[in-house]
Amino acid sequence: MGNRQEILLTGAGGQGLILASIVMAAAAVNDNKNVVQTQSYGPEARGGASMAGVIIDVDTIEYPKVTKPTVLLCMNQTSFNKYLPKVEPACIIIADSTYVSGSYSKDYKVLSFPITRSAKEGLGREVVANMLALGVINAASGLINREIFRASIFEMAPKGSGELNQQAFDLGYRLYEKGSGQNIGASSQTPQ
Amino acid sequence: MPETKPVLMQGNEACAVGAIAAGVRFYAGYPITPSTEVAEQMAAKLPEIGGVFIQMEDEIASMAAVIGASIGGMRTLTATSGPGFSLKQENLGYAIMAEIPCVVVNVQRMGPSTGVPTAPAQGDVMQARWGTHGDHPIIVFTPASVYESYYLTIAAVNLSQKLRQPVIVLLDEVIGHMREKVTIPEGKLMVEKSSDKVPSDWKPYDEKGLTPLVPFGFGHYYHVTGLFHDQYGFPTGDPPQVERALDRLHEKLEKYRDEIVLTNYIGHKEPRVAIVTYGCTVRSARSVVKKAYWQNRLPVGLLSLQTVWPFPAKEIEALAKQADVIIVPEMNRGQLVGEVERYACGEAKVVPLNRYDGEMINPDQISEEVGRWL
Amino acid sequence: MEQLTQDFLRTKKLPHIWCPGCGNGIVTAALVRAIERTGYDQKDVVIVSGIGCSSRAAGYLNFNTLHTTHGRALAFATGLKMARPELKLFVIMGDGDCSAIGGNHFIHSARRNIDLNAIIVNNHIYGMTGGQHSPLTPTGKKATTAPRGTLERPFDLLELARGAGATFGAKGNAAQPRQLEQLIIRAANHKGFSVIEALSPCPIAYGRRNKLGGAVDMLRDMKEKSISVERAANMDEEELEDRTINGVLYSIDAPEFAEAYYHSIGKDIG
Repeated sequence: MGNRQEILLTGAGGQGLILASIVMAAAAVNDNKNVVQTQSYGPEARGGASMAGVIIDVDTIEYPKVTKPTVLLCMNQTSFNKYLPKVEPACIIIADSTYVSGSYSKDYKVLSFPITRSAKEGLGREVVANMLALGVINAASGLINREIFRASIFEMAPKGSGELNQQAFDLGYRLYEKGSGQNIGASSQTPQ
Repeated sequence: MPETKPVLMQGNEACAVGAIAAGVRFYAGYPITPSTEVAEQMAAKLPEIGGVFIQMEDEIASMAAVIGASIGGMRTLTATSGPGFSLKQENLGYAIMAEIPCVVVNVQRMGPSTGVPTAPAQGDVMQARWGTHGDHPIIVFTPASVYESYYLTIAAVNLSQKLRQPVIVLLDEVIGHMREKVTIPEGKLMVEKSSDKVPSDWKPYDEKGLTPLVPFGFGHYYHVTGLFHDQYGFPTGDPPQVERALDRLHEKLEKYRDEIVLTNYIGHKEPRVAIVTYGCTVRSARSVVKKAYWQNRLPVGLLSLQTVWPFPAKEIEALAKQADVIIVPEMNRGQLVGEVERYACGEAKVVPLNRYDGEMINPDQISEEVGRWL
Repeated sequence: MEQLTQDFLRTKKLPHIWCPGCGNGIVTAALVRAIERTGYDQKDVVIVSGIGCSSRAAGYLNFNTLHTTHGRALAFATGLKMARPELKLFVIMGDGDCSAIGGNHFIHSARRNIDLNAIIVNNHIYGMTGGQHSPLTPTGKKATTAPRGTLERPFDLLELARGAGATFGAKGNAAQPRQLEQLIIRAANHKGFSVIEALSPCPIAYGRRNKLGGAVDMLRDMKEKSISVERAANMDEEELEDRTINGVLYSIDAPEFAEAYYHSIGKDIG
């Protein structure tokens, strides 16, 4: 079961992470992969912390929960502090430097990009930061065929906003290709 | 059947899609986590196809309205979770007694009482069996995937119609809320049609066996009651008639037992250690058996139960003759394990494996228990 | 008295289970005559009832009859009406059935203004269980569960219904069956949630315990206290003390729920 990829999207409620996980899962379906999507529910999902998981595999997916993330996205400081210590060093860790800063264990390689800021400054719409994040994730992990992913984003976007969301996704790719920012540089400290 | 392209779907949504495919055109319900998505899907879809969606004042009324609509000739479904399922028990018993078809979905959450509304559990297995008072029969399906949520809902609707018996689809929060890839035959009606012809000697509760429900409004002036009744529906307290009527309710399930009881076995033909489970826990167990048997050829097997009630007694009896140990993982303090023990008849050692902290039983837990007995 | 329409009675199911002097038979007969006068097709009429003495009426009437669970008759009826809006539903309930255990369904049926005819046979007591006080038992009256007289205040059922949104409310009684019959006809012709409160004597479980005499005394008292809406309009509060106002108390035009629903999905229910 070495093909099992577990993507954990974390951040604050309202950042569109649940929707991002659904779009990603739908894209995986369109790319002919097996996929399971789960999310945190309850009052905490309506304001505070938000968490969603996507599991992608060529085999049938049995256990539906994320246990060993292969990709971790942290869209705020709280989630970064909470989930970083829980993943293995081999995990691809992506942080939104708009909100995440500070030191962390040097065992981890954190890819840091100004996700929300780029959405706001590059596209004038902070709300598409989630699709931008998907672009970064897919560029970093290559999990899903890029064109299929783009098409899925268009398909699932609210009427009239398909292109904007695709632009956000593409901008994510460009951010990744430019390289990780160094504003949350490596350190030997694990954040408290 | 032409299969359409796979889609991403949530378990609760698949339940609603299955219901509509099976001809359900009436939904009455009350909002409750983690089942609300079923209601939301029905509220969106039913009006588009000429169906009725109504949000009632409580769960008691929802169950009553569903029965009323069934008597009017519609295929009906209602969905709820723990606390709401408790409220539905009253009129669920009525539907059993009056032999009115309907499907009740209970997306289990952590109880008792308000419990942890968003956490999964499998604590309603016995309530689904015995929740309403009296010595009644019941059919309960336990889907373990989004696709099973779809097709077991279809099976529930059709069986309910055929047997004139309420059927419970006992989902859990994991299956209800998770999304996964499914391939669903689009727009296809999965309705097993019953005969439109009403025999000239039609009786609403024919002693001879199954008889179709002729809806109200077609000139057959029968009586429907929750009291014990004769073949025509009129109340009776006559002991032989009462006994006969209760036997009749049970016999119709016994007669169609093989259509009702759905199980699936994977693994070694002569397992030393077998797992028996249902609902979301099947997924963890299956990943263990795939690894232990498919990869490592260990004598391990899994009997997953799509039907928990009527209890798959003969399947357990047969399994107990093969296995030395039967492990029963459940997200409760041990409910169905008692039933497994009863039908294992001492032929196999029955071991409960329980978790009730609001988290799923994971493969490691099951694997560890299996390892202990190999 | 003219012969009751035998077609609408299940004569083989008679005699009924009611006690001598009970008003349920009178109310049931008024209902049968009213249904006959409406000219409804027998197959379109459905009698729904709850649990209690009066709810047993359903079993004696030759229609599609639905004897439901305690308090839930209106909820069953709501489902049936929504599934088959062309049917004419008469829902028979007792006072405890409707206003205690069924109170929630009662106010929500009124709120929706669904086209059901609710007939509440009010004998001020739980008869079938042997005389416990109900939400319509007058303060001070005795019951097995209020041996010193109930301290609770009763609902004004028709005002409760009006407050909740009912669009037709009428009061009648078993002592004036012709008027009751007319009220039921008017309720049937009203589109929306119609409530008829029919006072009915229970000499066994209520009258005897409260020294109200036998059935004849109770009926006479009922008739004497009754006053029409028209006459009451010209009387002051003092004159109306201890009187029961009979007749149609309100009849309001408002959108009916089943019709509104079907209209919203592009179907005409006629």
